[in-house]
Amino acid sequence: MKNWWKIVTVLLLLYAVTMGLLGDVPRLAILNESIRNLYFHVPMWFGMIVILGISVVYSIKYLKNPTIHNDIVAREAAHVGILYGILGLLTGMCWARFTWGDWWVNDPKLNGAAIGMLIYFAYLVLRSSFAEQQQRARISAVYNIFAFVALIPLLFILPRLTDSLHPGNGGNPGFGAYDLDSNMRLVFYPAVLGWIGLGIWILTLCVRFENLKFRLYENA
Amino acid sequence: MLLKEVIYLVQKDFILEWRQKYAFNGMLLYVGSTVYICYLSFSLRFSGLQVPVWNALYWIILLFTAVNAISKSFTQENRGRLLYFYSLVSPQGVILAKIAYNAALMLVLALLCFLFYAVIIGNPVQDVPMFLVSILLGALGFATSLTLISGIAAKAANSSALMAVLSFPVMAPMLLMLMSLSKNAIDGLDRSLSMDELGTLGAINVIVIATSYMLFPYLWRT
Repeated sequence: MKNWWKIVTVLLLLYAVTMGLLGDVPRLAILNESIRNLYFHVPMWFGMIVILGISVVYSIKYLKNPTIHNDIVAREAAHVGILYGILGLLTGMCWARFTWGDWWVNDPKLNGAAIGMLIYFAYLVLRSSFAEQQQRARISAVYNIFAFVALIPLLFILPRLTDSLHPGNGGNPGFGAYDLDSNMRLVFYPAVLGWIGLGIWILTLCVRFENLKFRLYENA
Repeated sequence: MLLKEVIYLVQKDFILEWRQKYAFNGMLLYVGSTVYICYLSFSLRFSGLQVPVWNALYWIILLFTAVNAISKSFTQENRGRLLYFYSLVSPQGVILAKIAYNAALMLVLALLCFLFYAVIIGNPVQDVPMFLVSILLGALGFATSLTLISGIAAKAANSSALMAVLSFPVMAPMLLMLMSLSKNAIDGLDRSLSMDELGTLGAINVIVIATSYMLFPYLWRT
């Protein structure tokens, strides 16, 4: 049973989506029903970090052992990570509109997320500016590692130093407001695992597809 | 051994700069004319700038100067000479020397920019030593994070556009910290309030130098 984790992912996501939309949630002022976004917005960022982490790990592996496969995984993981980042930004913007009153507020965490996306767009632009495959793979691997190292202070350290509207900043722990309700955790943690699983699933499909394309067109 | 290499390479860079003064003079003129354009476009003859605008404008001018000054650090030497270096020195020596040289260059440019900026647009800084510390950290930070990126961009096809695209997002956290540090210095706040920013900036610099040191050998070989 090689693909057990795919079945688990589907079950977790079915559970998280149904319970997320239909289950009982605490009634809090301002947040109201939008608290359900917790099951969709936050897992996107968990998923993004995990998948971008995979991308960096494969970039390091490429520098140690330059194979086409390592390069393909690093690139496709960056693609999937960007997809998750954009979904995270969109769900976050909807949430901000109905709780803070605006689509975009000047907040360290939001700026960090936006700049993080810019870094990975720059990574894709850099990739496309080389014609030769080995040079492209090696130099973009160097940039990928460097950019990930620069992203860490942005996403994890800076927002905690400044005051922010966003939960998990200005010294308060990420779950401060929701600690009252442990029922939400019963849906939240499966949702996180489910979305991470889905991201890895998408990644494996992309990698298989690119591998086949490479085999067909380059080694014909 | 490594230290000797680094000192020798830094010396070489200074001599090279001294022999072809047009590059350095060009940077000076760039700083001067940018400051003057800002002066004209804000039409500042009668009123000064507000403090947050003054601060942001200063760091943005410096950011663009840094990108322009550092982007040529791997393109001014021709291919043959680079191959010659490759056979003589270690890549770690090259990157450390370039970082040291760029830091010195940026420090000079940033100080001159501050001088010029203060004379023309006005100087609201209350705690000048602290502001100079933020300039020092800024010059060091710009040099560390831009040197490796200029090495990356030099390998690509249209390197000048790529340099800006690659460097701005990477510079962002550093720039935000620098702006809040220098804002504190301008307002003359108590220095203990700036310790957070000082520590974080120092840590970012150390991390960036360490990653450049480890990654540059892979870039160098291509």
